[in-house]
Amino acid sequence: MTQIAGTMIDDDSCSLTRWIWYGLMAVAGIVLLSLYSHVLDGYEIAIVVLTAVTLSLLGQNWPGFRQHVAVVAVFSFIALYLYGTDLALAEKDFLLNYILASQSAFMWMSALFVLATLTYFLGLLLRSEFTEKVASALTWSATTMGMVGLMVRWRESYLISPDVGHIPVSNLYEVFILFAVITALLYLFYERRYQIRSLGGFVLLVISAAVAFQLWYTFEKSAHEIQPLVPALQSYWMKIHVPANFVGYGAFSMAAMIGMAYLLMSWRQSVAPNGLIASRLPPLNVMDDLMYKAIALGFAFFTVATILGALWAAEAWGGYWSWDPKETWALIVWLNYAAWLHMRMTKGWHGRPMAWWAVIGLFVTLFAFLGVNMFLSGLHSYGTL
Amino acid sequence: MSDVSDSPIPRHTLGQRIFLFLGTMDLAITLLLALAVASIIGTVLQQNQPYTDYLIKFGPFWFDIFETAGLYDVYSALWFLAILTLLVISTSVCLIRNTPSMLKDMWNLRTHVQEKSLQAMHHKDQWSVDSSVDEAAKELQLELAEQGFRVKQTPKADGILVSAMRGGMNRMGYIFTHLAIVIICLGGLMDSNLPLKFAEWQGTLKIETRDLPINEVPAESRLAVGDQAFRGSIHIPEGRSSDVAFVAMRDGYLIQKLPFKLEVKDFRIEHYATGQPKSFETDLLLYDKEVAEPLATTISVNHPLIYKGYAIYQASFSDGGSELTLEAWPLDQSVGSSPVSFETKVFENRQMSWGQQSLKLEMLSFRPFNINPDPTEEDPDRLRNFGPSFGFKLREESGEAREYLNYMLPVERNGREFYLSGVRSSPAEDFGYLYLPVDSDGGLDTFNRFLRQLRDSELIEKLAGEMAVETLVSMADQSDTLKQSLHDSLATLVAMFVRGGFVEVNDFIETALPEAERDTLGPAYLSMLREMLARVYFSGFDDDELVDDSQLLFLQDAVDVVGSLSRYGAPVFFLLTDYVHVEASGLQVARSPGKPIVYFGCALLITGVFLLFYLPQRRFWMIVKNKESNSMILLAGMSNRNPREFDGYFERMVQKLRQLSGNSKA
Ligand code: HEM
Repeated sequence: MTQIAGTMIDDDSCSLTRWIWYGLMAVAGIVLLSLYSHVLDGYEIAIVVLTAVTLSLLGQNWPGFRQHVAVVAVFSFIALYLYGTDLALAEKDFLLNYILASQSAFMWMSALFVLATLTYFLGLLLRSEFTEKVASALTWSATTMGMVGLMVRWRESYLISPDVGHIPVSNLYEVFILFAVITALLYLFYERRYQIRSLGGFVLLVISAAVAFQLWYTFEKSAHEIQPLVPALQSYWMKIHVPANFVGYGAFSMAAMIGMAYLLMSWRQSVAPNGLIASRLPPLNVMDDLMYKAIALGFAFFTVATILGALWAAEAWGGYWSWDPKETWALIVWLNYAAWLHMRMTKGWHGRPMAWWAVIGLFVTLFAFLGVNMFLSGLHSYGTL
Repeated sequence: MSDVSDSPIPRHTLGQRIFLFLGTMDLAITLLLALAVASIIGTVLQQNQPYTDYLIKFGPFWFDIFETAGLYDVYSALWFLAILTLLVISTSVCLIRNTPSMLKDMWNLRTHVQEKSLQAMHHKDQWSVDSSVDEAAKELQLELAEQGFRVKQTPKADGILVSAMRGGMNRMGYIFTHLAIVIICLGGLMDSNLPLKFAEWQGTLKIETRDLPINEVPAESRLAVGDQAFRGSIHIPEGRSSDVAFVAMRDGYLIQKLPFKLEVKDFRIEHYATGQPKSFETDLLLYDKEVAEPLATTISVNHPLIYKGYAIYQASFSDGGSELTLEAWPLDQSVGSSPVSFETKVFENRQMSWGQQSLKLEMLSFRPFNINPDPTEEDPDRLRNFGPSFGFKLREESGEAREYLNYMLPVERNGREFYLSGVRSSPAEDFGYLYLPVDSDGGLDTFNRFLRQLRDSELIEKLAGEMAVETLVSMADQSDTLKQSLHDSLATLVAMFVRGGFVEVNDFIETALPEAERDTLGPAYLSMLREMLARVYFSGFDDDELVDDSQLLFLQDAVDVVGSLSRYGAPVFFLLTDYVHVEASGLQVARSPGKPIVYFGCALLITGVFLLFYLPQRRFWMIVKNKESNSMILLAGMSNRNPREFDGYFERMVQKLRQLSGNSKA
């Protein structure tokens, strides 16, 4: 069936599927807890439960996500099984070497994201819905490979040595992958919900840029090597603070890319109302609305992430707020979007100015995410204790 | 929710106008953005560094201007606090103005709507049912209540109005978020150092900027035990204790008395197999007069000790006065040429007499090992072990000092090994490095012998004589004057080189030689110098010993070092031969009475934000009227969020309501 861009799909899962899904997540959570309860502290148990609940909720009306989780689980288990306890197999075992070892999985992810971006644009160009569907499938595969890579890398860190083991969200290299995966998932969610495939290329552009940076970073700096955690990062807070932050970053990036598409569309509409862009992109009001949704989502998660950061800082640095550059930039990002939301909600601003603002917001976000680490020094640069 | 009306412009008093202005959205947004921009300054300019660093960086003119603007501590500068205060006031005013209407809106089911206004709504529908007006209204009411709506019937002239609302808490979201901002800022204020600034401004408190022992710090720079917030730090060497903390303020500090005494029993760093630090831990004893037994505990990063509202954190570590045994290898000839051994401690200053000179040696730091990226620019990406290191300053009588940093595990460059010694003349500079070649026995003897020989004037005279003779053998002119002048030139070249390196030799060539001959003679002089240096180096060797490449390379390295000694500036190179490592644990002690308030505000903020974004307020109105023998239903609905989502919601609601009285007709 053809869907008009912007129509909302809410729910197409029957309740049996849904209950099976809940059951699976519950079982997975319980098995995990009973296997590892002896090494998890209270906070970590809470995080496991929270994760199971989150996955249940995300998957309840979203078949793609259910498949994604299932494939990630299967691939990760195969990798774990192949590895056994020997990290050296990463280069000897065929399947690990070419597909499943974290490094290989990330390469697949990178290639697939770039391919998906091109395919989305091709679909736009050819006005071909089929091509766009292929692009969606490619995006799903890229996301899956990225997630598999993260899972496997998690295990690999433990294979290096149990005391080195940690969740792979601890340095710039790892969070770039997290960023790509989360942004893609956010986009896929909205894509299905609002039938906006023609926006795919735009959103994936920012992911492809991240992937390009990532590849440069890997080759130039050998950043992909798993490093043990510095003492300040050895905390359960990291497990929730970082992902929450990246939902924020991902949503803001998506809003900015939709903002770009908006600007492009509103310009093309005035010069070539029947042209490719003007006829294929979703209507302006749909994009305007999506931009708001993405920023609202990002703002909510960024609020949570910043507060979690403050709680963590209170435990690690001796104060919940130290005006450290990273903290301060988080505040700047937050204030910027608070102003954006006010403009929209209470002054009723919309359209091009807000789209421009969302695009500028990306640069502010980018600086908070990358610039601070690259140019400013502070407590967040883990060079010293 | 604004109270603008189209009645004639009301006359406000000045107070009222200020109040209104403070609550305007424009001001709020301006303040949000102003705060964001102001915050940037503090991240670009590193805050709370030693003021001398700023002075060096900006020069005296800008230093003063920036200091007056409070840029070295932006976040407690008056103008910054003023923006924050205004934001809090503006948010409060906004709250005060909007809360009543929000609360009303939360409960009010709007039972006064007119049919006309329902007809004008975007989301509406109309159908008729067989049941009576009362029954239909009742059915609708039950169904909506089932769906979680608050519902109310109001009799109207020609029928019944059923009003329903869900998500009234959305309005609470507004109140929560904005109240949270006010609460967080007030809690933060309680934990800030504003009271200290105030006391300083009143003159009851004075920031101490001198480097004094704790007991000599005057009373006006001390803070008594109390309920106030503070964040201080203290370095305690192993085996020692302290009952105060240093509170950093601008370019100085205050001393905060603690109600207990902290003793550091042991400080430990554990390492991963790769050598990076894995944990920093301190075994602490806390003596509280009110408790008989001291409290023994271990703190580490991310695991502070909380005691009676005081939090004690593992923040850093430093040297606690390690004992070092050093060997001084002379680099000039004022004190003979063999190494001298002596003992010192980190943070110890000692006067050395060095020939005519008197130098002060200030030991600054020691690290038992360094798993670092390469400190030089050769290979900065790779981590490796550079062995123990120690830093020190050599201060001349004039007060001028250079800072040195010596690494004690030879580093490898192109297959040869060197001791690295960094030097700089101010903390603002990067270290420049001297590479002292290590000989095949792993020591400095060979280099030292070469250095000694270069300064041995008898040897130089002898070698210069030999070389003069050998050079002139092949020439026609063999007069003694020529021989003597060549001999003298050679000796002078060596002497110049030892004094000032190639720089001085080049200066000589540039200035002393006639311009016409400079191009031919210059290179000749340099190659003669090199030949002499090689002769000096090999003069200790047996004649028939074979010279291999490694010796030539060593010679080249040694020549490089001698050539840069004048820039190195120290007459001595220190080698570490033994040490006893004593560490000090860096603790941070904090009291933040505002913390629970801030955390409460944070919880409020999160709740509020999610309520605002994800709990849409939805309203439905149904007018049920009698029409012939049937009842006519007019339904209208609205949501304050997300109209697109409401489209679908409204549609489904219509379907449900229409099915109620099974026999509904369009
Ligand atoms: C640091 C300061 C502030 C923050 C972080 C903040 C945050 C927010 C947020 C997140 C929203 C929700 C936007 C939405 O509904 O989508 C909001 C709404 C709003 N804010 Fe603020 N705000 C601040 C200050 C102010 C001030 C000073 C005013 C008054 C002039 C104000 C007036 C409003 C109003 C009227 C709304 C709309 C409520 C609604 O109808 O939903 N805010 N604010």
